[in-house]
Amino acid sequence: MSISLAAQINSILAALILLTAFGLLVQRRIYGLLHLFAWQGLFLSISTAVVGFVAEKHHLYISSLITLVLKVIVLPYILHVLIMRLKIHREIETVVNVPITMLIGIALVIFSYSLTSPIRELSTHVTKSTIAVALATVLLGLLMMITRRHAVTQIIGFLSMENGLFFAATSATYGMPLVVELGVGLDILIAAFIFGIFFFHINTAFDSLDVEQMARLKEED
Amino acid sequence: MSEIFPYILDGLQIVILLFAAPVFAGWVKTLKCWFQGRTTAGVLQPYRDLTKLFHKDIVLAENASWVFRFTPYAVFGSVVLAGGIIPILSVDLPLSATADIIALISLFTIARFFTALAGMDIGTAFGGMGASREKTIASVAEPAMLMAIFTVSLVCKSTSLSQMVQVIAHGEFILRPSLAFALLAFALIALAETGRVPVDNPATHLELTMIHEGMILEYSGRHLALIEWAGMMKLFLFAALGIAAFFPWGIAAANDSPALFVAALSLILKLTVAGVGLVMIETGLAKMRFFRVPEFLGSAFLFATLGMLSYFMLE
Amino acid sequence: MTIFTLLGVSFIGALVLAFVGDRKFAPEINIVCSFASFVASIVLALQVYQDGPFVAGGKFFFIDAFSVYLVVLTSFVSMTTTIFSKPYMRRERDHGRVGHWGMRFYHAMFQLFIFAMLLCLLTNNVGVLWIAMELATLATVLLVSLYKTPTAIEAAWKYFILCGVGIAQALFGTVLLYFAAEKVLGEGGDALLWTNLSQISGQLEPTVLKLAFVFLMVGYGTKVGLVPLHNWLPDAHAEGPTPISAVLSGLLLNIALYALVRCKVLVDGSLGTHLAGNIMMGFGLLSILVASFSMLRQKDIKRMFSYSSIEHMGIATFAFGLGGPIATFGALLHMLVHSLTKSSIFFTVGHASQMHDTQEMSKIRGLIRGNPLVGWGLMLGVMSIVGMPPFGVFTSEFLILTATMKDAPLMTPFLLLGLGVAFAALLRRVQPMVSGHIPSWQHPLKASHVPVILHMVLVLVIGLYMPNFLSRWFHMAVELLK
Repeated sequence: MSISLAAQINSILAALILLTAFGLLVQRRIYGLLHLFAWQGLFLSISTAVVGFVAEKHHLYISSLITLVLKVIVLPYILHVLIMRLKIHREIETVVNVPITMLIGIALVIFSYSLTSPIRELSTHVTKSTIAVALATVLLGLLMMITRRHAVTQIIGFLSMENGLFFAATSATYGMPLVVELGVGLDILIAAFIFGIFFFHINTAFDSLDVEQMARLKEED
Repeated sequence: MSEIFPYILDGLQIVILLFAAPVFAGWVKTLKCWFQGRTTAGVLQPYRDLTKLFHKDIVLAENASWVFRFTPYAVFGSVVLAGGIIPILSVDLPLSATADIIALISLFTIARFFTALAGMDIGTAFGGMGASREKTIASVAEPAMLMAIFTVSLVCKSTSLSQMVQVIAHGEFILRPSLAFALLAFALIALAETGRVPVDNPATHLELTMIHEGMILEYSGRHLALIEWAGMMKLFLFAALGIAAFFPWGIAAANDSPALFVAALSLILKLTVAGVGLVMIETGLAKMRFFRVPEFLGSAFLFATLGMLSYFMLE
Repeated sequence: MTIFTLLGVSFIGALVLAFVGDRKFAPEINIVCSFASFVASIVLALQVYQDGPFVAGGKFFFIDAFSVYLVVLTSFVSMTTTIFSKPYMRRERDHGRVGHWGMRFYHAMFQLFIFAMLLCLLTNNVGVLWIAMELATLATVLLVSLYKTPTAIEAAWKYFILCGVGIAQALFGTVLLYFAAEKVLGEGGDALLWTNLSQISGQLEPTVLKLAFVFLMVGYGTKVGLVPLHNWLPDAHAEGPTPISAVLSGLLLNIALYALVRCKVLVDGSLGTHLAGNIMMGFGLLSILVASFSMLRQKDIKRMFSYSSIEHMGIATFAFGLGGPIATFGALLHMLVHSLTKSSIFFTVGHASQMHDTQEMSKIRGLIRGNPLVGWGLMLGVMSIVGMPPFGVFTSEFLILTATMKDAPLMTPFLLLGLGVAFAALLRRVQPMVSGHIPSWQHPLKASHVPVILHMVLVLVIGLYMPNFLSRWFHMAVELLK
């Protein structure tokens, strides 16, 4: 596989990651979100492996494997079990103002493009063009957490942000040192168990996973 | 000879457009019947429909103005003209040199503008409703369409369709996320522009859901035939435009008459496949509520913009 | 070796307590573990005091005067908190607010939290610092929701989401830092080590570092509780069990600030300008002003003191941003005395709210007559935190104010305004709570004396007479942060 072909494949994967990030932003069905998230993880994993192959950084294979196991298999499975247990698999969330959200999303992509320009100029890696996409994925995950009101959706936004961060690490620096990637993976796993417990707590306390109902703690005047 | 040849070619293209468009529409209808397990009326049924309509008398409403009578010709004329611009068989088109992609889109806009005017001209409820819906869709679809086409122009560094086709067909093959996004956007917009499911249903006359049919409800006879024919050509042209912009391989280069044969064969093949794709979309999806349509077109706009952004970001 | 003991004790403590945390002797195990950590941290501090900074465990750990002083502080406050938590949690359990599982969970997570914070301070790796910080957040999230009331769950969810978002930005900043460092140091784990980074900070690409600092500032700033990223803090402090409020306020905020200051040193080295300092000053000043005005409106006693924590973190951030030996000295001292005072205040507040079964300030009355230790402890604690002499907070705030007047005179009025408003807000609320007659709904309580007295005496001693070793220690840290 030549360098330029790998770079092309990588940019296609980057585009797909960006596309799934936008898809997550506007998807209404809980299950659809789960699938999109798993796809995003898969694209990320393949992209990491491709970069690892072309840059001959073999520790990236391990990173790719972590992503595959964690983001494509374990986390979606945990979420799937939770969704089934909580009987919310048919739930459809009302998403307000999709076009505005999309426009903000596009603005975020442009913003991250201009923000990462110094890095692009300095980088010598084949992957330098995808850094902007990585930051955009992080920011889109952030936007998703702000605009959506369902607990599961917010968590998926959070995890999608983590995807963006892994992608940033791969594209900016060919991956963080292994100990860091493993540690981050571990943290995400712990976080998964914690939000799992949380879903049940929220569901018992509020009778729904709609975060909108959590508005008791406000500044009183 | 070689100087006139392009003009002949352009004329040939228009003739092909005129006569292949009903066949293509018939092919789509046949396929749809097969998919839904119905008996078909054959690929040539649109011809019979058109002939029947041409033989019928025109019934005009009392208050119909010249706009109403002029519209079928304007629509038909602009669509035929558009057929001269899009490289269907060869890139060597004199009309294509004078009019670029923006002119092409404005030709379609003229057709739509007159249709909407005619819809309102009679003053019936359905005509006005159809016109207002059509314009709502157009206001979102057209920017998205331009955005998608501009992405392709950016990649090819030209707004001339012939030039674009040449660059993509004969340039170095590169995996381009921008073109993939643009294609996706284009497919969504084409569904809306040609009035197919899930945006509009060409087969329905159900009051609440019709858009395009609402506007032309008052037409009859020759007028209706022209409009129907123009609609079929529009479908054909969008398929041809998509093929030209995204899958132009096989198209004949300038001054290469033997290649025309190959081009024609590959065109038939591609159109057949395009028909299958269209029918799969139409059978797979349900028509969406009208309030969802802006969202649908919004995502088309999003894809087009992402395509443009990824041209700058990733390529 | 000491380092492994230090980390190992709390980690093993967490594992053991996960199984026996609901037994009768669990609080004692908790206390013993924390005490052992404290002893180990003292030994470590003596090593640093005598031999200077050193690297251990194959460059994985790095200890200098700055981190070791926070290590001692962390293990000390966690030790006193475990002493306080013994009677406090027993009462919560007797009143049915926490069950068997809750107690196990509480004890195990407490030790895990201590472990994560110590790891933050001891590690030499910027990436591991991030991981440990996230671990500390995750360990405390479920502690905040321990009571499972709707408000507690809401607070914990907010904490989880906001800190998760914030800390993700910090990871992006870390990636950028690694990107810049890799250019100079080559690839591999070495490019993320403080010891290497601080040596080559002059060669790091300034534009990238600038960008990285913005992300790090937002990320760790969320955890420090700086305005406008502070929304989680009052809720998490008010709804969690009081021992957790004490350690969150007294320790976790400090650790996040520690991470931020470390990054600032790198960025300063690379940029050669005062940009990072200015950003920190801006955030700090905003936090002081917003927090002190918010304090005026509070009705819940723990919320009010958590706003006070935001204010004091703002002061420390401002002082670190100001830079210079006096301000940095003041900031370090401020972190110390604020930690001690604020955790002591939370101890008394915890007892006070248990005596009245409410956290509403209008219902808490007659504390001095009801329980002199709680009453006087709260009164003295508040007098200390608002910066009255002769307590240590006065010294540190005085130093910071002096440095501000010298280096950034225009900021002084804002700083004084914030301090003044906070002074008024706190004293106005606390005075009626401690004085007056015992209300009918108050019931007596056996408070734990040791932690409150210990903390207040220490703050008083630091205020009256700064021990020689302490000031030398601070001077060493100031040298590092120049």
